Amino acid sequence: MGSLWFWIVAVMVTAYVVLDGFDLGAGVIYLLAAKTDGEKRRVLRAIGPVWDGNEVWLLAAGGTLYFAFPQLYASSFSGFYLPLNMVLWLLMFRAIGIEFRAHIDNSVWQEFFDVLFSVASILLCIFFGAALGNVVRGVPLDATGYFFEPLWTNFRLGPQTGILDWYTVLIGVMALVTLAAHGSHYVGLKTDEDLGRRARGFALLCWPVQFFLTCVTLLATYFIRPDIMTNYANHRIGVLVPIVVFSTLGVMLWATPKGKEKIAFIASSLYIVGMLVGAAFALYPVVLPARDHQYDLTIQNTSAGAHGLSVGLIWWSLAAVLALGYFAFVYRMFRGKVQAGEGHY
Amino acid sequence: MDSALLIHRLHFAFTATFHYLFPQLTMGLALLIVILKTIALRRDDPVYHQAARFWGKIFGINFVLGVVTGIPMEFQFGTNWAVFSRFAGGVIGQTLAMEGMFAFFLESAFLGLFLYGEKRLSPKMHWLSAVAVFLGSWLSGYFIIATDAFMQYPVGYYKAADGSLQLASFWDFVLNRWALWQYAHNMSGAAITGSFIMTAIGAFYLLSGKWTEYGRIFVKTGVIAGCIFSILQIFPTGDRQGKMVSDYQPVTLAAMEGLFQGQTAAPLVLMGQPNEQQGKIDNPLEVPGMLSMLTYRRWSAQVRGLDAFPKQDWPGNIPLLYYSYHIMVGLGTFFIAVMVVALSLLWRGKIFSARWMLWILMLSAPFPYIANTAGWMTAELGRQPWLVYGLMRTEDGYSKAVSAGNGMFTLLGFMGMYMVLGILGLFLIRREIEHGPGGLETTSILTATEAR
Repeated sequence: MGSLWFWIVAVMVTAYVVLDGFDLGAGVIYLLAAKTDGEKRRVLRAIGPVWDGNEVWLLAAGGTLYFAFPQLYASSFSGFYLPLNMVLWLLMFRAIGIEFRAHIDNSVWQEFFDVLFSVASILLCIFFGAALGNVVRGVPLDATGYFFEPLWTNFRLGPQTGILDWYTVLIGVMALVTLAAHGSHYVGLKTDEDLGRRARGFALLCWPVQFFLTCVTLLATYFIRPDIMTNYANHRIGVLVPIVVFSTLGVMLWATPKGKEKIAFIASSLYIVGMLVGAAFALYPVVLPARDHQYDLTIQNTSAGAHGLSVGLIWWSLAAVLALGYFAFVYRMFRGKVQAGEGHY
Repeated sequence: MDSALLIHRLHFAFTATFHYLFPQLTMGLALLIVILKTIALRRDDPVYHQAARFWGKIFGINFVLGVVTGIPMEFQFGTNWAVFSRFAGGVIGQTLAMEGMFAFFLESAFLGLFLYGEKRLSPKMHWLSAVAVFLGSWLSGYFIIATDAFMQYPVGYYKAADGSLQLASFWDFVLNRWALWQYAHNMSGAAITGSFIMTAIGAFYLLSGKWTEYGRIFVKTGVIAGCIFSILQIFPTGDRQGKMVSDYQPVTLAAMEGLFQGQTAAPLVLMGQPNEQQGKIDNPLEVPGMLSMLTYRRWSAQVRGLDAFPKQDWPGNIPLLYYSYHIMVGLGTFFIAVMVVALSLLWRGKIFSARWMLWILMLSAPFPYIANTAGWMTAELGRQPWLVYGLMRTEDGYSKAVSAGNGMFTLLGFMGMYMVLGILGLFLIRREIEHGPGGLETTSILTATEAR
């Protein structure tokens, strides 16, 4: 039962990164890709009706994590206290950047919210990447089952690690590039003319960096934690992960210059799925590794009671079906390219 | 008090109090917007459509602020109250996850459609999206109340071998009787905020002679709803809530009422200052026997005072609890008085020209916020010294790994952040009020008047 919930939470986090990832990525390239006010509005209209719903995946994943693994939720949220609160502030800045910009038709007002939106998006991508880096690298959990990480120590991987060290910063940069590419594919898909062309240009520009960083981070991960390969060695199915990751990279390289935006965007989404599922697959059944492995938090020692988990499966499935229904409906309503001069934003 | 404990309590109190300024209006307005949209659809009345659109704009700004200040709440259980989360997460994780899965998805999906999709949707579908937003926000409220109700009156759990609480019965937990009455009381309070705000803006338009056609709709809708919910707030919901406190948290009742010594025919203190040193109320203004009557339905009944309970189980801050409760009840009484008079004027068709009444209605706008805040303070200060009533003390529940210094860092950060959000929100809503219901869609108003 615990394993099932492990994969449910992993899928929800992945859904969050794929969905909110494209509007975060749109924020990353926003100031560079959208030159005029009209173009900026089109980017915002492309993400406007959906960004809030995308972000709900983060909340829903957080809630589900709390419900299924209360001990993991308690340890990780208090241990990552500082960066988590900063992420919350950035999410707030970003939300008002998107939502309040259009309320006043004044270039100074709009410039302020443009920068707020874009800078918050960039920092969020880096933070989320660094968070993933921390989870893969392991944290200084002790016998109490708690830990506390300062923002940084000496950027090396000693026994008392910080949130930021060379490895987590590397993953942060990797996340920034991946989501910038993902957002570029989305903007390319949803807009046309100069803006669409520029977005596709960005996607192409990101590609070599993304390819290079994919290889570097995989090697770096193996370097800092050779034991990460255990699950891959024991379960043949793991070979699917590198296949998905590298073939989607190939598809992106092929589809982007040809203007097949939909295929490129789907490939980019699958790339993210491959990377995150690959990380979850490597960690399983550990949910938060400790620097000292005897204190690892696992599915076994963090999950909620069996009755609660089985009851949860009933309502969770029902809610997930409903949520997918709403999403299908909303994306259908706002399908197609964003036209100039329509509606809010 | 341990300084880390104090910081973590202030952290939650501050962020929760500020956050709830927005959802109470969101939930109240969601209901009123559905009413406006329903009338608009049934009568095919463009003025009502436009009225709903105007409130949709204010709703949108308020909703964004509610969302951004709400996200930290869900995370704070883990960041600042990790020991509590580990202890109770096996139970309350259920409702918190359900809120995300059922309410947030519904709300967020249809809010976009409601605010930006009117041109793409049929009128019926647009009405339906307003209903979905209403359902989502009211559902969200229920899950939070059910979580709080577990902390007030824990049911449906068992204690596992490792000492943590785990779910024993889903329905006992979700349909906690405490939750049902607290929900009714809370939602009625939110509807009061929505009604008073709608009335106040309507009164402002009528007083200043702008958008008077809309002003009338707002005052009429707001006063009718406000009157209904102000009465429901006291009876039956407030009365039943009070009964629950007297049954399950008698020490809280004694502290709320400022009853230091137990007595028969206990008086109801209307005003006065609690004097903890001497164990009495200074300058009391009281109704003899009334507290016995309200609590046990008998004038002569014995009501237990604080002296009947060991001091370590008394709520920590008795004066603040006492004042919160009295402010809530005082304002609740004031709401009924104002709304009943306003409704009778509306009934006789005099309200739109009764400037004195419009002034009162306009100036009453802040009071529901104060009353709702005071109500929540009563509930949460009254729960002290327990975090989960009778099972875990507040001092045992905070994140031991997070020092007071780190806690203060983020508390100050939130204070700065929320100051900016508050100013922005007020500024933008004021602008919408200034623009008025026809402000941005002048053309549709013109065609509307021509059509009639």
